[in-house]
Amino acid sequence: MRREPPQRLVDYGPLVFPAGMLTVFFVVPFATMIAVSFFQRQQGGFYTPAFVFDNYARFLSLFFGKVLGFSLFLAIAVAVACVVVGIPFTYLLSRSKRNVQIVWLVALLSILSLSEVMIGFAWSTLFSRTAGITNLLVWLGLMEQALALTPSFTAVMTAMTYQAFPYTILVLYPALVRLDPTLTEAARTLGASPVKAFFTVVVPVLRNTILATLIMVFIFALGSYLLPQLLGRPQHWTLSVLITDQAIYQSNMPFAAAMAVFLVLVSLALVGLAFYAGRQKEAK
Amino acid sequence: MSDIFNARIGRRTVLGAGLAGASMLAMPAVLRAQDKSLKVGVYGGYFKDSFDKNIFEDFTKTTGIAIESIAEPTGEAWLVQLEQAAKAGAAPADVSMMSQVAMLKGQSTDLWAPLDLSKLPNAVNLIERFVNKYPDGRVAGIGAVSWYITLVSNTDVFKDAPTSWSALWEKDKEDKLGLLALVSNSFLLEVTAKTFMGGTNALDTDEGIIKALEKLAELKPNVRLWYRDEAQFEQALKSGEIPMGQYYHDVTGLAIADGFHVRSTFPKEGGIQDSGCWALSRASKKTEEAHVFINYMCQPAIQATLSRKVGTSPTVQRGLTDLTDQEFAAVSSDVEPIVPRYDLYQTKSDFLNQKWTEMIAG
Repeated sequence: MRREPPQRLVDYGPLVFPAGMLTVFFVVPFATMIAVSFFQRQQGGFYTPAFVFDNYARFLSLFFGKVLGFSLFLAIAVAVACVVVGIPFTYLLSRSKRNVQIVWLVALLSILSLSEVMIGFAWSTLFSRTAGITNLLVWLGLMEQALALTPSFTAVMTAMTYQAFPYTILVLYPALVRLDPTLTEAARTLGASPVKAFFTVVVPVLRNTILATLIMVFIFALGSYLLPQLLGRPQHWTLSVLITDQAIYQSNMPFAAAMAVFLVLVSLALVGLAFYAGRQKEAK
Repeated sequence: MSDIFNARIGRRTVLGAGLAGASMLAMPAVLRAQDKSLKVGVYGGYFKDSFDKNIFEDFTKTTGIAIESIAEPTGEAWLVQLEQAAKAGAAPADVSMMSQVAMLKGQSTDLWAPLDLSKLPNAVNLIERFVNKYPDGRVAGIGAVSWYITLVSNTDVFKDAPTSWSALWEKDKEDKLGLLALVSNSFLLEVTAKTFMGGTNALDTDEGIIKALEKLAELKPNVRLWYRDEAQFEQALKSGEIPMGQYYHDVTGLAIADGFHVRSTFPKEGGIQDSGCWALSRASKKTEEAHVFINYMCQPAIQATLSRKVGTSPTVQRGLTDLTDQEFAAVSSDVEPIVPRYDLYQTKSDFLNQKWTEMIAG
């Protein structure tokens, strides 16, 4: 069967539903948010429709710059961690027996049924001094005294990587399963070690998949606001945490909207840059 | 022939009578539902459940006014909803329980219908600060419940109870405190002002606020957790993971009753007393019923019931209630409280929020 490009107006029919959904659930709310970001904040009250740049002006400060910088850094770090752990794991998984694969996939996908709150509380217990994993290490004689591992940057990173890991596998798994095994076999017969074959053959073949995974995890991690709050110190709070504070606790919708718009623009720019870089490399 | 005729008439009569009868039976119910009911917003969850069970049922029995209770979200989301609905002439709830800052913000747009004190004879029972007034003297709201935030500690870790809020600043508390994360719900500026600067009036000027923030910044090495979510701190306090901090007096009492090794102390500077008001939306058409309801809630006996069943501190003078010393101590204290400077959170909210966030996250 060959797919014909749409000829008449009716051929576009199937697009009506998704386009409608996209408009109602994405375009309209997003446009509202952009509009609100220009509204005038009434301190001690609400806001009035206007067209002012005050909200953006307030955001352009060293303090918010640092918070934005940290949020982007955290999201990139989580994306890289997920891919670094995810690729070897998925590669080994795709080479193992079918039963083993099923068990692993079901276990990993069941993480998706846990809410962010549960993940956060579970990790804060695991990292606590009174009930955490360090007690196990003390019992084994590996440590002198139980320690609290939270709040810390490591705790935030661990929990966020844990939360994003199933998505990483979901994107990587199909590509790795479909990977032609003769490619690595050829590399091996030509004398490459398994590790060398992995890095010189498997990784370059998967370049686009890896890029897609990085971008997806990056965007997913950028929106996280609960885990940094539960497991981090105030300097680990992301921009999303401050947006929530403004929207819910200060009822400063215009400022919250301005911060959100800024966050979206910056992340879109980064994603665009990543695509562009990928394109350039492919063209060579 | 006539028999058939008669029979027909008979059937019609019966049908007609039946219909009339049915509508007569139904009419009073419809009237009652429309005239004598009130939609009341209370914080969802534990609060709403307790009010439904312990207060609203008896209220309906006594006054014949049916209550439809509505779960409000905390924070200011409910204020925003009420405000937007009022602009459209609708009231998602007639009477709502509102925080003090929300009361002030609502005042700025005349959201609250003025209450008539002559229709609230029981309001004389109230402690004066629980009558919320517009700047021109109109009554915007009436104190519904109040509660305390006190200095709490784990008794296994700290054998002796602290006596002053200044205990938070001591060197041996390093990385041991849990404090509320927002300027507008922790009220730590007021605590600092009362403890070190002679009173909350020290916050009248921006310089005073900056000075209090500088003093608070000294606390940062001691704070392990700045919490937004109560459950997060409560768990850590009970286990001794975070052995000291600020928390709700009544909930700590419940934890003690459950056998956890924690205590709640009213420091010599006083506990922080926060409160909620009953306020009537200007879009409501149930002014009469609202006054009956608010008046009912101002009775000392009802306030005592709330103290016993919901764990709130009475908004009426203590002497009027029949609370025993033990019951009173479970929810309140005679130590003069630290009353938050709600006015600041309205007039200087953005300044305070900005400086506070920079202080703790910077």
